[in-house]
Amino acid sequence: MMNIASTAAIADRRGRWLARWACALLLGPLLLSPVPAAAEYGDVILNRNAEQEGVPPVIFPHWFHRIRFRCKVCHTELGFEMRVGANPMEMSGMTEGQYCGACHNGEIAWGLDQCVMCHSGKPGLSTDIRGGHETSGPGRW
Amino acid sequence: MMGMERALSRMSLLLVLLLASSALAGQGRFTALSADGLHDPKVPAIELLQQPADGMGSLPPSSSGNMVDWNEAVRGGYIRPRATLLEEGEVRLLDTDILMPRTGDALVVRFPHREHTEWLDCSNCHPKPFAEEAGKTPVSMLQILMGDYCGQCHGAVAFPLTECARCHSVSHDEYREYRSNR
Repeated sequence: MMNIASTAAIADRRGRWLARWACALLLGPLLLSPVPAAAEYGDVILNRNAEQEGVPPVIFPHWFHRIRFRCKVCHTELGFEMRVGANPMEMSGMTEGQYCGACHNGEIAWGLDQCVMCHSGKPGLSTDIRGGHETSGPGRW
Repeated sequence: MMGMERALSRMSLLLVLLLASSALAGQGRFTALSADGLHDPKVPAIELLQQPADGMGSLPPSSSGNMVDWNEAVRGGYIRPRATLLEEGEVRLLDTDILMPRTGDALVVRFPHREHTEWLDCSNCHPKPFAEEAGKTPVSMLQILMGDYCGQCHGAVAFPLTECARCHSVSHDEYREYRSNR
């Protein structure tokens, strides 16, 4: 039969063992998790007109487009200046094939009637270029 | 008995950490759109848009920017981005290097036309912001950090400005040797 002291020691050890498990379970993922809420590198927010006109801001993902097109397609053929906010895009022009409308016409990519596919940003975001793995470069300066 | 228990608890701790890190590594390179801080998770389109992990998860990795080696992705045939929307678009590849030696203590910059012309048209960089003639356009690192010249793309969509050695890659000795052999 065990005496009280050794029973207490075993209980103590079990307690510490449990505490270690709990620590590992709680702290492990916390320590190893990446920075939360990181936009993809090169994500552009367009909100010069959108919210004023009653629709959410546009999120333009560079990564999605560069998988499918080389830079020069948009930045030469479609006339996009390489500066966020420098392009006077209007929905009326896009319906005539300008800017995004060159592809987003229901043939190459989804049509302009699919508003929320592009106008999918959180309210209140301002026009900007963002990214998770960045250097505080042009998007921030 | 006590030693075994301690060993067991250490092993279990290690196991939990390993499991947690591998679970995160699987998805950790990319953030889901609903959690990226830009997309409104309530917008129904979030279900239809391609997730970064789906688009880029199988592309050759890098350690910065989109965490993708985009040049290797094209050359290795992982992606085949279109070069034109026009019937007869022109792809003008140029395979010359420009060396920029006035870098102070830093290594000389090697600018490869090849990698740039695979993605861009001559007119994207010439004559603005860079004159065609090498050395004609003075560029400082401060201007680049402010988002001009190379910084128009690098630091925004092309690999970020923390990747010093990818541009500053030629020693001054090598550069002198190259100059004297011309």
